[in-house]
Amino acid sequence: MSENNLFTVTPAPHITSKLTTKSIMYLVILSLLPAGIAGIYIFGLVSLKTIIFSIASCVVCEALFLKFTNKDPGISLDGSAILTGLLLAYNLPPQVPFWIPLIGGVVSILIGKQIFGGLGHNIFNPALVGRVFLQISWPVYMTSWKNPRWWPDAISTATPLAKENPVHVSYVDLFLGNHAGCIGEVCIVALLLGALFLLLMKIISLDIPASFILTVAILTWIFGKDGFLKGDFIFHILSGGLILGAFFMATDYVTSPLTRPGKIIFGIGCGLLTVLIRLKGSYPEGVSYSILFMNATVPLIDRYTRTRVFGSKKKTG
Amino acid sequence: MKQLLQEFFKGVFIENPTFRLVLGLCPTLAVSTSIINGFGMGVAATFVIVGSNVIVSLVRGIVPSKIRIPCFIVIIATFVTIVELVMKAYYPELSKALGMFVPLIVVNCIVMARAEAFASKNSTIRSLFDGLGMGVGFTGALVIISIIREFLGNGTLLGLRVIDGFEPLLLFILAPGALLVIGMLIGTVNMIARHS
Repeated sequence: MSENNLFTVTPAPHITSKLTTKSIMYLVILSLLPAGIAGIYIFGLVSLKTIIFSIASCVVCEALFLKFTNKDPGISLDGSAILTGLLLAYNLPPQVPFWIPLIGGVVSILIGKQIFGGLGHNIFNPALVGRVFLQISWPVYMTSWKNPRWWPDAISTATPLAKENPVHVSYVDLFLGNHAGCIGEVCIVALLLGALFLLLMKIISLDIPASFILTVAILTWIFGKDGFLKGDFIFHILSGGLILGAFFMATDYVTSPLTRPGKIIFGIGCGLLTVLIRLKGSYPEGVSYSILFMNATVPLIDRYTRTRVFGSKKKTG
Repeated sequence: MKQLLQEFFKGVFIENPTFRLVLGLCPTLAVSTSIINGFGMGVAATFVIVGSNVIVSLVRGIVPSKIRIPCFIVIIATFVTIVELVMKAYYPELSKALGMFVPLIVVNCIVMARAEAFASKNSTIRSLFDGLGMGVGFTGALVIISIIREFLGNGTLLGLRVIDGFEPLLLFILAPGALLVIGMLIGTVNMIARHS
């Protein structure tokens, strides 16, 4: 606040932060860059193409919609559309035909976000709406993955999580991303780097990711396919989209609960559903479905975890 | 006559059972996967609505109000049985495709709602036109939804491939696609209604 308006009388809030929606969005995008670079390095330039198509589709679609509804099309550059496009691309196999990210972007922005009234009003995570739409519509394209550039076979239909004939990959390869998968989810070390950055900047808190991942770990350890209390929980944490989902998508401000207990309930719910889908469902991976499902429960969670109004009496007994 | 036409068009537009009253969603979701199915269901439901509306309005003076609902159900079930048997005899394939949803017209809330809310209070001729309007509105809605779903979800219209190289979106054949299409259409209809 400058000297000039030192005595200006304004209504609350009086404490303002330099963090705006826009800067938060761009910081999250920044934190996602290492995973994207790793994806491009692992799968080659096709992944860059998918990322660019996805982002362009989201931004253009949002600008057109805003223009069409007489709002300022400039809002589409506030970073949220770019972030949606980026996250959508990270959830796609690298070599999908170009129209998959294009349609995914349109669905994410229109059905996932703008139909509900734009940023801040959407019930579901837009990127995941787009991804699930694509996954159900074109299962063939969405479940054939490109192997890393240096692997002998170009295309594989199985990831380490596949139910039939899974590919066996060591923990180190899982951690570094040396296996087939979606663009942004394979390289765990890059994702963790970005997540650490967000945690240090206090943009996200550990509540949701920790409860999400811990729930998955505990449940896969207890009920894993190798027998009671013998499950391979390290494998389940490192494979699939769990790290990407837990740190970058379940923590989306708009679609996650506000209070701390609420966030923990949300994380546990996500973990529970992920394990159910992974171990018992027909899909190999359930992170996106479980986050979307829990998104729908957020209003309810918020309602029952409301904080005590400051100054009001504590409930006794 | 003008009043009767009003009664008719009310069901088609202003009180369209699917888009305005949002009734009978269960059969709408289930059978609107192809145009033939949607149209067949619409015609079957129209026959039942018109028939039950006429009979209910004829007996409205003699049915005690305490047992009116069971009476309506017996009347409706009679017409549904007629439809079911006719369909099985003359259109066995359609009957197979619609399956359980033909007998389920008995509990279709559009039919019940018209019998209870309209036919039991109005003259026979008005009930006839009300039933026709509702039936046409329901059939129209089903056909619109199934055109979109069949085209997007299967790449065909009336079973004929329309565009070469079009990759159908499986989602639209499944239930979530039906909900999406209905939601979008209801939104569009509301938008049009607000502007006119």
